[in-house]
Amino acid sequence: MAELSAQSDEELLDRFQRAAFGYFLEQYNPENGLVADRSRAGAPASIAVVGFALSCYPVGVERGWMTRADAAARTLVTLRFFCNSLQSEQPDATGYKGFYYHFLDMKAGKRVWQSELSLIDTTLLLAGVLTAGVYFDEDTTTESEIRERADAIYRRVNWQWARGGGTTVRQGWKPECGFLHYGWDGYDEAIILYVLGLASPTHPLPERSYIEWTATYQWENIYEYEFLYAGPLFIHHFSQAWIDFAGIRDHFMREKKSDYFENSRRATYVQREYARRNPFGFEGYGKDCWGITANDGPGFQKLKIDGRERRFLGYAARGVPYGPDDGTIDPCAVLASLPFAPELSLSALRHFCARYPQMIRDSRLPSGFNPTLPRDGPSGWVSEAYFGLDQGIVVLMIENYRSGLIWKLMRQCPYIGSGLRRAGFTDGWLS
Amino acid sequence: MTNSSLQQEQATRSDQLSPSAQPDDRFHRALLHNVHPLAWRNPKSTGKYKLVVIGAGPGGITAAREAAALGAKVALIERNFIGGDRLNVGCVPSKAIIRTARLYAEMRNADNVGAQVPGSIGIGFPTVMERMRRIQARLSRADSAQRLSEAGVDVYFDEARFAGFDTVEVAGDKLRFRKALIATGARPLTPPIPGLTEVGYLTNENVFNLTECPRRLLVIGGGPLGCELAQAFCRFGSHVIIAQDDPMFLPKEERDAAQILSDSLARDGVEIHLNTTVVGVRLDGKRKIVELVCAGDKFSVSVDEILAGIGRAPNVEGMNLEAAGVRYDTGTGIHVNDFLQTTNRRIYAAGDVCLEHKFTHAAEASARIAIRNALFLGRKRLSALTIPWCTYTDPEIAHIGLYVREAREKAIPVTTFTILMQDVDRAVTDGEEQGFVKIHVRQGNDRILGATVVARHAGEMINGISLAITSGIGLRALARVIHTYPTQAGAIKMAAEAYNRTRLTPTLKSLTKRWLAW
Ligand SMILES: Cc1cc2nc3c(=O)[nH]c(=O)nc-3n(C[C@H](O)[C@H](O)[C@H](O)COP(=O)(O)OP(=O)(O)OC[C@H]3O[C@@H](n4cnc5c(N)ncnc54)[C@H](O)[C@@H]3O)c2cc1C
Repeated sequence: MAELSAQSDEELLDRFQRAAFGYFLEQYNPENGLVADRSRAGAPASIAVVGFALSCYPVGVERGWMTRADAAARTLVTLRFFCNSLQSEQPDATGYKGFYYHFLDMKAGKRVWQSELSLIDTTLLLAGVLTAGVYFDEDTTTESEIRERADAIYRRVNWQWARGGGTTVRQGWKPECGFLHYGWDGYDEAIILYVLGLASPTHPLPERSYIEWTATYQWENIYEYEFLYAGPLFIHHFSQAWIDFAGIRDHFMREKKSDYFENSRRATYVQREYARRNPFGFEGYGKDCWGITANDGPGFQKLKIDGRERRFLGYAARGVPYGPDDGTIDPCAVLASLPFAPELSLSALRHFCARYPQMIRDSRLPSGFNPTLPRDGPSGWVSEAYFGLDQGIVVLMIENYRSGLIWKLMRQCPYIGSGLRRAGFTDGWLS
Repeated sequence: MTNSSLQQEQATRSDQLSPSAQPDDRFHRALLHNVHPLAWRNPKSTGKYKLVVIGAGPGGITAAREAAALGAKVALIERNFIGGDRLNVGCVPSKAIIRTARLYAEMRNADNVGAQVPGSIGIGFPTVMERMRRIQARLSRADSAQRLSEAGVDVYFDEARFAGFDTVEVAGDKLRFRKALIATGARPLTPPIPGLTEVGYLTNENVFNLTECPRRLLVIGGGPLGCELAQAFCRFGSHVIIAQDDPMFLPKEERDAAQILSDSLARDGVEIHLNTTVVGVRLDGKRKIVELVCAGDKFSVSVDEILAGIGRAPNVEGMNLEAAGVRYDTGTGIHVNDFLQTTNRRIYAAGDVCLEHKFTHAAEASARIAIRNALFLGRKRLSALTIPWCTYTDPEIAHIGLYVREAREKAIPVTTFTILMQDVDRAVTDGEEQGFVKIHVRQGNDRILGATVVARHAGEMINGISLAITSGIGLRALARVIHTYPTQAGAIKMAAEAYNRTRLTPTLKSLTKRWLAW
């Protein structure tokens, strides 16, 4: 990786972005457009990863990594599948009420793992569907069909049903037991869910659902940064991948004289500060080694390392500063912070290249590595599989930093504008 | 089972599960001697009482003692044991065994603080429980029947029943009163689970009678009391499973507090199943097989004992409240106004029987208000109290005032100042770094609206914030209070200093810079 240090920021980012983009070409089923959740043999498709894939294709076209025709063809196969696949209460359907099951069989496209009908994952899929609907704006049969199908998929979603009689939406539903009761509390990645739900021309969420959802927000002063707290870093990225929040504010952010873009910046600084303080003495943590989020981990195990008891987790939502934290870093989350705090992300990226070159294979970043858990080399444990969510957020956030492409596209999507307005957002590009 | 037959069954049960079921040792006998002497003779009532208090828990004792000290003629009626839940089946026994459990955890983790883990850590459960009984006996002295009577309180033992608007019957005697206070407390709710009663289960009323530590223990309901005991038994070596149907762990607490505690319990080895309903229980030999359902998936666990901790029901039955014109609800308890007056103007209520916050200090504080209002035509309000509370797990979770959510519901913009215990020197030197201090203030202002502390000694720390709120002291003033160094309570000062730094606006900063450069 020595040669990376000589590259300019732009060259470096191009290289990592393209490597991440490659995931969607490798893990794609041309029959139905589904994309695997992770790069492990036999992995099912994740609908959220498909949403990222649909958003990445326009990036590929604009960067010259694929032709527009190829991108449109892949997109159309995907949208046809989601339009035509079985929507029913049957336990092996693809979806129900316009939503989709979290995990689908890569070939048959049916529900697997008894997974839940997932509201947030359907939202991320829809974000991709709508991105495609805006990007493919030419007057060809393929692109016209993309637009029609994108609109049809979005309109079919029954957001009102998803409230399950309450004000805010439920997290999921299963044919075996109905709505799931996980209980959402605090700020999370769901702003885009409410924006899309509020904008629905067919089954919209009521405005009060957003107010109710934001009622559990916590504005905290931690390490002298004041911000809307959420522990895992990805929460500060996912809605922001599609929506440009710079300068637009809802009631809460007006009250705090901030916005969600600025908030993600501060959250990044809090992450770095936590890593510098490194209260649990994890190996590697420091100014350029942070990125604590929901990601793959070494698997549950309790070990004594250097006289200290360490408990490691598998795939888990790690968070800062309250934990859980087992010393696992997600370098993809660091790149996802690029638009908000480029000075921090670029410096960390260069540090990863110089200090942990073994964890970077073919310029692709793993979902996690843990220098505290010894393996060969300073990276320690390294996640073996690549995860679609990680690769997707890397492609989109590098692009937003480089050109703002996804943000510009989504500004043109009428549903985003109207959803934001119904949620009470004003100012900035909404004026 | 209908609601009322369920309650009747519970009422009988709570009588059966008395401390008399504890091993009959010298400590237990000493306790009984104080809290319900065998040879006790009820006084012969003469004339009208100024105050009759029903229930000798912390609420009733406080009221009776205060009224007697002020010169009133007072009767205190207790059907079971003086001291109520606090002394007999609640705070005191639980905190006593929690102390021993903490020591066991510390021994196992001794190397965390550079000490050697003892070669073998045998758990002597009977001695743990014996110590608990010794402490109960010792703490029962202060408010023994004898002491109360010496303080001028007429102590009656038996069930109290109203016989009219101004009369209570006890052990065949009719006591007439000018004012009365109902402080009959609460009892554990029984979960309506098929098979549970048949196989037998524990509640706080009999768990302290155990003579052997169960090898496998299921705790139904992960509320504060359930968590305290779950952690303690786990530290005594039980394999403990918590099953609760709520999807959120400690749903009433702030999420980060709940997260830290859930991590801590997991580290101890407690298995937590959220969103999980117990649907049936049966016996298989000596083992109890419990059927559970989570998100549609069924599974079962096999345990030795089941501890039910799903909540508490007020003791309102059997007192003939109708005869006194006192309205009540079997779920929420006796109806009182803000002055703690019931629907009968002569009768007041205090403590668990009428309060949402079921704590000893709340029972005592409410009893004080009730006495002032009843005997001195006072107008003290319950709503004026700021009541802190604490869950004595490790780390402890303490709270006071508003939660952020409540403030936002009242349209109050809130800023929270957070200090992590990891950043507090004394917490680091003590190896007690789990937790935080969060102080909520009105945005742009230093008025404290509420606070949550998660720390080894959160219950001690919250009192500083409680003092500040009650005396109207804001964060600015708190920042000026010199705290001893190093202490864990120093975290509160650190939060106050963080507030002070936000007052240094960019304009102020540039002004001070210019001044200093001059
Ligand atoms: C396991 C456990 C742990 C706890 N830990 C804590 C803690 O750490 N801190 C804290 O603050 N709180 C704690 N509590 C709560 C605390 O014990 C209660 O809030 C407190 O005891 C309530 O006081 P009280 O006077 O209202 O009622 P009680 O203590 O319940 O006393 C009521 C009394 O009234 C008597 N009585 C009832 N009906 C009649 C009748 N008809 N006639 C005559 N007498 C009657 C009862 O026998 C009882 O003695 C705990 C509770 C439990 C169960």
